[in-house]
Amino acid sequence: MRRNNVAGLIFSNMHDEQMRELTAVRTMASVPFGSRYRLIDFMLSGMVNSGITKVGVITKSNYRSLMDHLGSGKAWDLSRKRDGLVILPPYGEGNALYMSRIEALKSVFNFLKHSPEDYILMTDSDCVANFDFTKLISHHFETDSDVTIVYKYGRIPDNTPDNIVLGINLDHTINNIEVSPNVEGECNFGLNIYMFKKDYLIRIVEDAVARGATHFGRDVLQTNIKNGKYTAFSFDTYIGVIHSLESYYEVSMDLLKDDVRSQVFPNGRPIYTKDKDDMPTKYGLSSNVRNSVLADGCIIEGEVENSVIFRGVKIGKGTKVKNSIIIQGTYIGENCTLDSVITDKDVIIKDGRTFMGHKTYPVFINKNRVV
Amino acid sequence: MFRKQECVAMLLAGGQGSRLGVLTKSLAKPAVPYGGKYRIIDFPLSNCINSGIETVGVLTQYQPLVLNEYIGSGLPWDLDRIHGGVTVLPPYQRSKGADWYKGTANAIYQNTAYIDRYDPDYVVVLSGDHIYKMDYSKMIAFHKQNNADCTIAVLEVPMEEASRFGILNTNEDNSIYEFDEKPKVPKSNKASMGIYVFNWQKLRRYLAEDEQDPKSSNDFGKNILPTMLNAGERMFAYPFEGYWKDVGTIDSLWEANMDLLDPNVGLDLSDSAWRIYSRNPGMPPQYISETAKVQNSIITEGSVIHGNVDFSVIFSNVTIGKGATVRDSIIMPGAVIEDGATVQYAIISENAIIKSGAVVGARPETMKDSFSDWGVAVVGDGITVGKGAVVAPKAMIDKNVK
Repeated sequence: MRRNNVAGLIFSNMHDEQMRELTAVRTMASVPFGSRYRLIDFMLSGMVNSGITKVGVITKSNYRSLMDHLGSGKAWDLSRKRDGLVILPPYGEGNALYMSRIEALKSVFNFLKHSPEDYILMTDSDCVANFDFTKLISHHFETDSDVTIVYKYGRIPDNTPDNIVLGINLDHTINNIEVSPNVEGECNFGLNIYMFKKDYLIRIVEDAVARGATHFGRDVLQTNIKNGKYTAFSFDTYIGVIHSLESYYEVSMDLLKDDVRSQVFPNGRPIYTKDKDDMPTKYGLSSNVRNSVLADGCIIEGEVENSVIFRGVKIGKGTKVKNSIIIQGTYIGENCTLDSVITDKDVIIKDGRTFMGHKTYPVFINKNRVV
Repeated sequence: MFRKQECVAMLLAGGQGSRLGVLTKSLAKPAVPYGGKYRIIDFPLSNCINSGIETVGVLTQYQPLVLNEYIGSGLPWDLDRIHGGVTVLPPYQRSKGADWYKGTANAIYQNTAYIDRYDPDYVVVLSGDHIYKMDYSKMIAFHKQNNADCTIAVLEVPMEEASRFGILNTNEDNSIYEFDEKPKVPKSNKASMGIYVFNWQKLRRYLAEDEQDPKSSNDFGKNILPTMLNAGERMFAYPFEGYWKDVGTIDSLWEANMDLLDPNVGLDLSDSAWRIYSRNPGMPPQYISETAKVQNSIITEGSVIHGNVDFSVIFSNVTIGKGATVRDSIIMPGAVIEDGATVQYAIISENAIIKSGAVVGARPETMKDSFSDWGVAVVGDGITVGKGAVVAPKAMIDKNVK
């Protein structure tokens, strides 16, 4: 028995502008992460592992790479006759692309209304975690909430335009929602992961549309907090939030910690992704790899330390790669030195080149660049 | 209604592979893990799809559970098709009795109805115990060009080794005039690779006739092929160039894995035009820790390495502890080598545990006078080798060792 009356809804394009380097050619959801994944894999796998069998993915722009990655949804066991993965491409009255989360939701009303599920789990795709949503779903059912907002206690990401900070009572009900407040230090900030009663969601969004409102946090949640039961929920496992190139770098490097890896990749709750059928990774005679995660399909002849290496990367003899993220298909020649560098897909770095960034400001090399 | 297929492949996957000992105790030889992330059967299945053959019957008999589960719908090889695709064909009961597959030819004969559905012109007979990449479509083109009734793929082996193989003696035009099974004095070095292309209607007749002969052992090599040659059918040898290895013994399985570490051996698994597909275990990336030292090895997803790994093939989800040494060895999926254990010249099968300080296998140079006692040590599926225990070279372990 896996059916649980919850449908998933994932926004694939939210906050793209905060990580221009990696999202210039793709959606936030299809940003490569953690050697062999795309960011959306974490949300999708969390949903599937929690018994959700219907997931809509809302797209807006640059979604070719996302479509290519998701395919029929087979890799997540979401290629089904009943339910499964539904891609929701931009659809609007008139020619304008939707601009806000409210408009996007309005454009998928058909999907929402025609889904037999009574509950919607709505998320972005910028969190790295192994989500056990069954806990969130039980919380939502037990508290009989109209909305459950998932939060994390910590430093608020400072460059996100639609941050919300929650005031939470002891019984988990929310007494206050502040939108993009000026807070120093740690607080309970929203992760853009919400459980809704579907009818309630449709009602408050329709209402916001009627008022010409555009800001989800302010015009939908904040406005309606007195008109429904709003509760807060937080997970007690590792959640990496990606909202900038620096945080992308930090969360990637977190994967080198044993306790983070064991929380993100526990036994029995796999993170699914599209299969590439690469050969195993080959470590050459002169290779020296320490404290790094690597995908299949690589050929390592040089030194690698504190790094995240994606599929099909080649690292030549005498080359030293340190504190770096080397994305899929990058070729690094011989006797190069890279420290604190992020290379996007299919970069070629010729023999003898040196790149040095800093942990707080990694050097970024664009897709398909030849250096 | 079944759509006609020009060619149907029949993959003989029922063999026990008894020479692989504990490795095939609970699974058929084609399901034996190979090369870090594959099972042997991935090679013929991938060759089929890469050659454009989309209808494949897999004949199973011995310990089929793992194999059946692994093949599943055929999805990893793109063999889940509307027309054709992969079909697992076990022996079955008929209204007049039931038979196991008595021999390779009998296995095909019993599935005549399966082949007839697709009304193929050609049937390719393959075996599930070889590691090689081969474009069968070229062999079929050769078969057509020669207007042959049967074509057998051959590999030129060193003359001094020819007496270990089934040798084909051919005329200048590659037509076969004689079979020589393991000849003492070989006349040629063309060894049969166990890959055949037949005209289906012709093969169908010979299989039926062979079935009527109570003395026949219903085997391709022993019965069908010699009978066809004696009857004057057009039989040709198709010369194959490239890597091919029969992995029927512990030593050859070990060698075939080690070949992947040798840049001079022509088996390239990174070729995107001829991918070898396999069922993906869906594991996180591999982690090589601060204390690890890895050289000359291949490692795949889900493995965590804290120790020393040299000249080895490490499958998915393997753990190698701090201070452990793994050299010249094959560590199959899910195996654990605990801190300070030493594994040399060994095959550690799926989910086996080598406890801390245990020693498995030894280097040949340590054997001194008793070199004949040396060999690759094998630890079977799920076996535990206890703390500080010693497993001798050439040993084959199928019970826990304290």
